Amino acid sequence: MAEKTKPNYGKELTKGFLKENPVLRLVLGTCPTLATSTSVVNGIGMGIAATIVLICSNIAISAMRKIIPEKARIPAYIVIIASFVTVVQMLVKAFVPALDASLGVFLPLIVVNCIILGRAEAYASKNPVLLSAIDGLGMGIGFTAALFCMGAVRELLGAGTFLSGIDTMLGAYIDLNGFTGFDFTDELGSIGLAPMTLFILPAGGFFVFGMLMALANKLAEKKGLQSATLNGCKGCPHASFCAEFSEGKENASQCSKEEAEKEEQVKTEEKEEAPVNESGEAKKDKKKRTEADKKDNGKKESIDEEPLPEVIPEFLKKDIENNKNKEESEE
Amino acid sequence: MKFYIALLVMGILTQNFVLSKFLGICPFLGVSKKLNTAVGMSGAVIFVMLLATAVTYPLNILLENNGMEYLQTIVFILVIAALVQMVEIILKKYMKPLYNSLGIYLPLITTNCAVLGVVILNIDNITAYQAYNYGFLHSMVNSFAAGAGFMLAMVLFAGVRSRLETADVPKALQGLPITLVSASIVSLSFLGFGGIVEGMGLM
Repeated sequence: MAEKTKPNYGKELTKGFLKENPVLRLVLGTCPTLATSTSVVNGIGMGIAATIVLICSNIAISAMRKIIPEKARIPAYIVIIASFVTVVQMLVKAFVPALDASLGVFLPLIVVNCIILGRAEAYASKNPVLLSAIDGLGMGIGFTAALFCMGAVRELLGAGTFLSGIDTMLGAYIDLNGFTGFDFTDELGSIGLAPMTLFILPAGGFFVFGMLMALANKLAEKKGLQSATLNGCKGCPHASFCAEFSEGKENASQCSKEEAEKEEQVKTEEKEEAPVNESGEAKKDKKKRTEADKKDNGKKESIDEEPLPEVIPEFLKKDIENNKNKEESEE
Repeated sequence: MKFYIALLVMGILTQNFVLSKFLGICPFLGVSKKLNTAVGMSGAVIFVMLLATAVTYPLNILLENNGMEYLQTIVFILVIAALVQMVEIILKKYMKPLYNSLGIYLPLITTNCAVLGVVILNIDNITAYQAYNYGFLHSMVNSFAAGAGFMLAMVLFAGVRSRLETADVPKALQGLPITLVSASIVSLSFLGFGGIVEGMGLM
């Protein structure tokens, strides 16, 4: 791994900037993007807060990726993320109260920001700590950059200012020499123009986001990449649900029916085996069964994709080996 | 009474959760393609919002009495996640018809920012509307209004999107960009409701 990953660090960092920009390409975290980009300073503040949470949660989740059980992973991720959000929330309240006031409810709502849960699920749960931290930093910078673009357009057109409010955010820590952001309203007024307040209003947020996304799609098209779709948010744990629902209700209900049937089967099997001894053997049986299931699944998948029925995907092989090792060590 | 009506009007029209507060954008863009899914999803959201408010309101009092307000975020998200799971299991077991119409949307709602948002906003409102003695009943009405506003936006937008599918859109704008631009126009139309609450002589 070590030799392989070395040249990748730069790539892992920069992929979040443009190629896999979380907002404009993966379409994650749309709520905070629209809501906090009314001005550049707000947007950057939100971006930095989310980046800190993203890096910390990526590190923690990556470090614990072997401890967290597969089935309870989403609640575990949510607890980890919520803890870091609480820390950031307290820091912001203590050191930059103006930012806390302007972000309002969206500061605690970083918890449910799809970018963070999405990266935890898609990246940090599968990669080593350092890579995950770099991925978090890159994605965070991409998020902040998107917020900066949105904020710049909306603030310039909507209020006729740029970086306004910077003194209330940073004035206490950095000597700004009385700099309170650029103000173009007088110049605009002298030629009889007034800022278009619409762009600061919610409607303007949707419009600017739509236009930025169109631009990003156009650029992506030139590079031969697909245009961004909501169903393509592969990182999001709910992506499959989203896709099902947008395709139609029938599919979704069928899926849930199948799931229900499966669950019932599992339940009955469990009931049958419940009296047999306690945890030890039952667990082993379960493991064996899941292994068998996995193997079956692997075979099915490989049949679908490749003509070779015996091929089991590598990650499944690793899983199976790990499970075997665990069983041996338990014995 | 006037204040309850004001809360309803604010939640549904003037401060619509989706179109002016930007909460719940993901389902708004993802699930609003068809009318029946839009209605089902928003029904589930209203249900979970009311339930979450009913549970978190007393919990918040408990936290405040013990001086642990800082735990709000963690406690609320965990309570909502557990609640959604529990409701799904109960519905599946005892209320099959309701499960078939709402239950399949429940996993989507766990990390829906609209639900956590309404819960946190209700807590914030307690201090913001102290003059009106904002309490449990107000919180519930506010949650219902927020959910109803979500439903209104989803249903309206489902109609807009069905028209969009047949429209001839420039290539770069196809897909999400044009969806966002039309959301902007729907949001713009909601600006027309501004001033209703102020006209009631309350805020």
